[in-house]
Amino acid sequence: MTATLVDGAADVPVVTRPGPVGPFVSGISTTVIGALGVAVGLAGVLGSVRSLRIGWLLPMAGVQLDIDRLGGFFIALTGAVAVVVGIYSIGYARHERWSLTTQAMLPLFVGAMLLVPAAGTTTTFLLGWELMALTSLVLILSGHRRAEVRSAAVYYAVMTQIGFALVLLALMILASAAGTDRFSGIAGLHSGVRNIVFVLTVLGFGSKSGLLPLHAWLPRAHPEAPSPVSALMSAAMVNLGVYGLIRIDVQLLGPGPRWWGAVLLAIGAVSALYGVLQASVAPDLKRLLGYSTIENMGLTSLALGTAMLLAASGLRAVATVAMAAALFHLVAHAAFKGLGFMAAGSVLLATGERDIDLLGGLARRMPYTTVLFGIAALGASGLPVGAGFVSEWLLVQSLIHVHAHPGIVVGVVAPLGVGAVALTTGLGVAAMVKAFGFSFLARPRSTAAQLAHESPVSMLAGMAAAAFGCLVVGVAPCVARPVLQATLSSLPAFDGAELSGLGAFLRLPGIDASMSPGLLAVAAGLACLLVLLLSRWGARHRPAPVDAPLWACGADELTSRMQYTASSFAQPLQHVFDNVLRPDVGVEVTHLEESRYHIGRIAYRASVADALERRIYTPALRAVDAGAQAVRRVHTGSVQLYLAFGALGVLIVLVVSR
Amino acid sequence: MTAVSVLAGVTQIGAVVVGSPLVVGLMRQIRAKSEGRCGAGILQPWRDLRKQLRKQQVTPLGTTLVFAAAPIVVAASALLIAAIAPLVAICSPLDSVADLFAVVGVLFIGTVALTLAGIDSGTSFGGMGSSREITIAALVEPTIMLSVFALSVPAGSANLGAIVSLTVRDPHSVVSLAGVMALVALVIVVIAETGRLPVDNPATHLELTMVHEAMVLEYAGPRLALVEWAAGMRLTVLLALLANLFVPWGVAGAQSGLAAVGIGLAAISIKVGALAALLAVAELFLAKVRLFRIPELLVGSFLLALLAVTAANFLAVQG
Repeated sequence: MTATLVDGAADVPVVTRPGPVGPFVSGISTTVIGALGVAVGLAGVLGSVRSLRIGWLLPMAGVQLDIDRLGGFFIALTGAVAVVVGIYSIGYARHERWSLTTQAMLPLFVGAMLLVPAAGTTTTFLLGWELMALTSLVLILSGHRRAEVRSAAVYYAVMTQIGFALVLLALMILASAAGTDRFSGIAGLHSGVRNIVFVLTVLGFGSKSGLLPLHAWLPRAHPEAPSPVSALMSAAMVNLGVYGLIRIDVQLLGPGPRWWGAVLLAIGAVSALYGVLQASVAPDLKRLLGYSTIENMGLTSLALGTAMLLAASGLRAVATVAMAAALFHLVAHAAFKGLGFMAAGSVLLATGERDIDLLGGLARRMPYTTVLFGIAALGASGLPVGAGFVSEWLLVQSLIHVHAHPGIVVGVVAPLGVGAVALTTGLGVAAMVKAFGFSFLARPRSTAAQLAHESPVSMLAGMAAAAFGCLVVGVAPCVARPVLQATLSSLPAFDGAELSGLGAFLRLPGIDASMSPGLLAVAAGLACLLVLLLSRWGARHRPAPVDAPLWACGADELTSRMQYTASSFAQPLQHVFDNVLRPDVGVEVTHLEESRYHIGRIAYRASVADALERRIYTPALRAVDAGAQAVRRVHTGSVQLYLAFGALGVLIVLVVSR
Repeated sequence: MTAVSVLAGVTQIGAVVVGSPLVVGLMRQIRAKSEGRCGAGILQPWRDLRKQLRKQQVTPLGTTLVFAAAPIVVAASALLIAAIAPLVAICSPLDSVADLFAVVGVLFIGTVALTLAGIDSGTSFGGMGSSREITIAALVEPTIMLSVFALSVPAGSANLGAIVSLTVRDPHSVVSLAGVMALVALVIVVIAETGRLPVDNPATHLELTMVHEAMVLEYAGPRLALVEWAAGMRLTVLLALLANLFVPWGVAGAQSGLAAVGIGLAAISIKVGALAALLAVAELFLAKVRLFRIPELLVGSFLLALLAVTAANFLAVQG
């Protein structure tokens, strides 16, 4: 006898199943909150500081909002991402039948993210920070029926709380040393306190930005979250880690000593290289984009570190260029990564697949999404006309113009920095060619990819808006000049800088360099026209064009399984970086029973586990486990003993705090 | 942008368009002669182009716009670099539009376009060629960036015009530790980027060993003509750039007349011809290395370039 249990979840009508109105309300309110954020942020950047105090909202401390230039920049950036993602999420939520909780949480998440840069006190900041963590956790858990989602959420929850604890500690030390919890009142601290706060904030805020070594949550949580949430997290939330670093370490504690800059630069370079290497071998489209986020946050941190290092070495003009590169890279990354995750979400909705090996041929079924993902990939690869090019150019310019300064540290660090940026760009192109080429071009490798369909209008509209942002950032970066100038003027080490040279031609203060992305695009267009003209030569003699089957070196009846896959594409790179990636590769050959000279089947298995995680996280988890086992010994279950522990604890606190 | 600089720019583009098949023909002819064959003559690539451009346009079924557009993008990227780089005159009209990093980026866009076309064809050979090409390019691009950065340190600018004009004013500035290391690194990457021996064999007929040729197997007729033309233009432009970065003799200055442009054209033609002949002779003595030995070569040149930059930085610090 057999008993069959049928999981009826799909058939039974769920009470919270949304009507068509829910996703619309959720998306539009996200967009409206985002638009408000853009307005308030731009007013903050270009105007004077506006303050707002709501005493009753938080007991004892109250909520204090100060919208200054630095905060305004991040509010506007977060808001802009939210506007686009809000529109996109309407179609996505409808299609994926988001629960009411998820729908309600999306605008709340955006609100929490906007609260963080608007906070004027440490308490308000921590409130916003924790709200942001909680709302994003709930959003990640919206697919909680799957085990991978739950595991990713545990990772995210634990690491974000470790980060929170570090930030909490840093801000408590900061506030108690300064005697006030208002950011505007913090000044003139002892260098020992500053160093401790710096180390704590680098770790705490770095974990939010996905910087090494506290990055492990990012490539797990970003793929498992619903795609609009991935877009928000990758394009807006990780930026706020950088905001924390700039606010505390550059604005309040800066200008810092040289080693601060060197530390950030090193962390950034290692994160960038690590992220891009993992991205180039990752088989999962959204995971690849997640690793690329680590890469780009690494580049931002590298730029930030360069700026701090150069400012501490007295090269103010060049330092300003590096700082502008960091800020502009955040803008560019928000544009192309938001678009990238949204386009990946469209692919996921259309096919149900994230594995690049099982996609392919989508260009014919989803032409708009293909073009939009192409724009995102061009931006992410840092090639000219793409969104990521100008900021990387600014960063490299600042790094190569340090030779006038007599200093061993800068002299050694700058070439290594350029090397890291150059290698990152090279490998980033490989990763993005893989993502675009094998998802959208060639022939479909699965039935799901064969039956894909184009996304609904709202999703396309959201993505088109993001693509427009990418184009503006890539071709006409000068529109961001007033905002960059105002933001830089709020930072003590970079306030005297003049960025007026950033027009149609980018000319930099203190640097002999010039480049014009807009004119380069025009020239490229003209060159294409010239080539078209050249290829008309002999056209009169040509017979009419025809379509014919692939030649394929004489092979006929190609099946889609004969194509190269994304894994095989990445194999040479994996081979080259064998020592770093440590892939787990196995080949199993099964022989036929009749003769061992005949092979029945060959199974090839390759997976790239995170080598760094194995080295750092496994021992750490084991230590925590051992500690917990040790503590368990005193947990006998006796209430009297627990009360005695409690009394002892209170006594110690009283003695210490006296 | 003066009239002379526009003229110089047009001359550069024209020279690269007309001259690149001749460079390829010269190299093939030298190889043929030294192997004891009589060869097809220097003009043969031009005859091939003419023949292919008159053939029927065949679009393989199942390919997308990417496949059709890639040859145009590669050729346009090579032309764009020809317009930017100081080949005939120092002040090309687009000198201030793009500096070295933009030039490397434009070069890379061409590579990426062909790579995507190889993937788009959906055959195993196409994907294989693309995979190999991108692996090589991912290591070549950073090396080019670093080695020309080493050259830009003394000039204080990454704009190619500034680098070349410094070498014109002070020829000794490239004869330094940094300069020599940068030269070696650049030579290796130019060979890798243009698919010459020992990295890739341009004359191979064995698909399994192909890199560049495997990506373009599906091209025929006019599109194949464009791809081959573009490959020749990339080789020509990179050789010319290499020549002018280290030996900028004869290049027309910023304020010069028609005669100077003529001299510049003659000088660059002779230099590129000499370099191409040297490359062809060197290729006679080389065999293609195994695919997985290529990264060792490229990582070596990357480290060399990194050393060059560090050396340049330190010499600048002490000097």
